[in-house]
Parts: sequence; structure tokens; C-alpha cells
Amino acid sequence: MNRSRRHILFFVSAAVFFGLMTWAMHDLPPVGHYRGPYGDAINATVVYERHITDAVTAVNFDYRGFDTLGEESILFLSVIGVGTLLRQQKRERKSREDTDELEKGQAPEPSEAMKVITLGLVGPLVVYGIYIITHGQLTPGGGFQGGVVLATAPLLVYLAGDLKTFKRITTHTLVEIGEAIGIFGFLMIGFLGIIAGKEFLRNVLPLGQTGSIFSGGTVALLDIATGLAVAGGFISAIYAFLEQTIEMRMEGEE
Amino acid sequence: MSIFPYLVAAWLFLVGLYGVISSRNFVHIAMCLAVVQSSTYVLLLAIGYKTGGVPPIFAGAQVGTPAVDPIVQALMLTDIVVEATVVALLLALAVQIQKAAGTVNPDRLLELQG
Amino acid sequence: MLILQIAILAFVAITGTAVVLTRDPRNQVIGLGFYGLVLALMFFLYEAPDVALSQIVIGAVALPLMFMLSLSKIRRNEQKRDEVKQKQREKAA
Repeated sequence: MNRSRRHILFFVSAAVFFGLMTWAMHDLPPVGHYRGPYGDAINATVVYERHITDAVTAVNFDYRGFDTLGEESILFLSVIGVGTLLRQQKRERKSREDTDELEKGQAPEPSEAMKVITLGLVGPLVVYGIYIITHGQLTPGGGFQGGVVLATAPLLVYLAGDLKTFKRITTHTLVEIGEAIGIFGFLMIGFLGIIAGKEFLRNVLPLGQTGSIFSGGTVALLDIATGLAVAGGFISAIYAFLEQTIEMRMEGEE
Repeated sequence: MSIFPYLVAAWLFLVGLYGVISSRNFVHIAMCLAVVQSSTYVLLLAIGYKTGGVPPIFAGAQVGTPAVDPIVQALMLTDIVVEATVVALLLALAVQIQKAAGTVNPDRLLELQG
Repeated sequence: MLILQIAILAFVAITGTAVVLTRDPRNQVIGLGFYGLVLALMFFLYEAPDVALSQIVIGAVALPLMFMLSLSKIRRNEQKRDEVKQKQREKAA
């Protein structure tokens, strides 16, 4: 169907949808009058039962740990998908020799100030990412946030113009191994629960003292595993997008 | 003004959907999809909020103070990460479509063949 | 506090509409980054710091990054295509 018919159909159904939603909204509890029992129950017991002070991380990795396993798998599969879709095919490599004189030597060298600032920030950024990952059960943070912060650290190297080091970092086998260890470690920690005689992903390690880093039993280990998997996945995905650019720019420099 | 967040959620959903159907570029569609997903964040946030509550972190606050719902926030966290992966796959598909068909316009995709 | 919450919700609605109505993808990426930050501010004002941290890191850093990388890849493929077509035209002429 052509554009105008699509638009008319959309506006009619949008008006109907908006009317129905406004009618249904009057039956929802007004914002601020929270009714449900589960939030209050978890807030009252999470510090005593699990020795964790961050209730959101406890819900993510302990009470609803199985959902987080599904989300890890989604991340893993989509990184595989992106890497497969963007791989360099053979016919591309042949035609590249004809048409890439345009690209050689076209990128300008970054200025000295940029190099100093970006290279100076790589170290603090890595430390900050590790801090967020390991302190997930104490303060807002956790595996996902810290993993993405870690994954943006190699990009600073790319911004400073040092393409060889960037390529060495992101294609290192440790990145792929780290991602695989992350998702596999999550499964193995889940099986610890089965070995101990209870259900899958049950918190069976000693809980530790509230407020120290090693509190929460399996939550601390699951945090680290998730951080590794997310960091490795994002680095691989970003490298898949940048691969051709780097090859051509490196050829242009030689 | 106690149903205002729900209205904002419905508005964001419809605006994002309008962007998807009236778009001429695949990358534009992916960004409008991000707006549609953010409407679910607003809805979930409004459901879990408690007036005068503190965040559900008990490092400083005492255990008894009324805090907002942590389960809904865990759902939102999962949602944000899944959004990033879905957008990555959509963008990889858009790049491949451009390579194969020569255009990123969904309307003209049926006409051009390679 | 209530005034701030209502104001930030209105701002989210306006910024979302602006992101959709920007047609050129390269302009829209910057709008999307700003929209991610506004959403993170809304999460912060509604007492959800964990979600705000996640939204800043993913919605304002990783998402615009992936968009810009794919846009540059699409533009380079278009340039290559135009070059190949021009060479074919020169050969035919």
C-alpha cells in the first residue's frame, strides 16, 4: 500500500489506541500509591537474607537469576549475529584493490593534546570499570554497567590514532576467551546449586559480611562473569563494525 | 496529575511508531525503535514509584524506610541491555541491505535489485 | 520535587518527538545521545540510580557509537558504488 494509505490507517488506529489507553488508565493505581506486596517484601528482607545492600542487583542475580541467564544468551547470540553479518567476504577483498585508492592516507593525524588526554584516561577508565563490576552488590552498579564501561576503554586507544595497538587489543584471543568464560562461568555457577543438592542457580556459597566486597555468595562471582561476557561481547561487536576501516587506514600508512 | 506518566508513555509509543511507518531510511527506523522502547521504561518506572520513597539501596538508609520497588528496576535494566543488542543486529542488517540492494530506503527496496 | 518530576516527563515527551521528527540520520544520532541523557536524568529523579547508570552507559555512549559506525560504513559503501558505476560508464564510452 502506498504512503498516504499507510498514514491514514496509522492515524485512525493511533486515535483508537490512545482513547482506549486513557480509559484504562483510570483503573490503574495513581502514580505514587504503590500497592504490590513483592517490592516491600524484598526491601524488608534482602539485607538479612542475602547480606546484600543493593536490592536491584540481588533481584537480578539471585531472586531472578534465571532471567539474567536468558539475557546473557541474547547478548552472546546477537554478538555472533553481528560478527557473521559484517564479516569480509572474498569478493569484497578482490574488488577492494580496485577502488580503495580514495581511502589510503585520508585520515588526519590526531593532535598532541588529544593523544595525551585519551591515552591518559585509559588506565583510570579500566580501573573504574573493574570497580563498578566488583562493587555491584554494595552500591548501584553490577556486571552490565561495568562491562560496557570496560568495553569502551580500547576505543580511547583508537581515538589517539594508534591503530596497531587497537587492532592488537581487540583481536587478541583473550577477548573471545573472556566472553566465553563469562557465559560458561554463569552456567557452571548455576550448577553449583545442583551439586549442593538444591535447585539450579541457588545461592549456596557462604554469604559473608554485609558491606564487604565478598558478600552475597554467588552474586559476586556472577557479577564478574557477567562483566567479562558483556565487555568481550561489546568489544567484538565494535571491532566488527570498524574492521574494514582499520585495514584500509593501516595500508594507507605504510 | 497522577496519570501523567502513563500519558507520556502512550505518547512516546505512538510517536515512535509513527516514525517507524513514515521513515525513508533504515537507520532512522532503528532510532525510532529506541524511542518506542523507552516508552516501556516510563511505564514501568511509574508503576514502581512510591511517593516520598528512597532508592532501594540500603548502604546508607536504614532497612525500614519506605523504598521504591526494586523488581521493576531490575526489569528495566534487562530491557536496556536487550535494546542495545537488538539495535546492533538491526544496524548490521541495514549495512548488509545497503551492500546488496544499493539503497537504504524501505520503499524503494522492491524496485532496485542489486 | 513533584514539579521537577512533571517537568522532566514533559521534557522527555518533547525530546522524543524531536528525535523522531529529525529525518537526516546523522543529525538524529546527536539527538538520540541527548535523549539518552534526558532519560537518565528522569530515572535519577524517580529514585532509580542503578537504571540511570545503565542508561547513561548504554543509551548515551554505546548506542550512538554503533549508529555512527554503521552510518560511516554505509556512506563508504555508497561512495564505492558510485565509483564503480563511474568507471563502468567510462569504459563504455
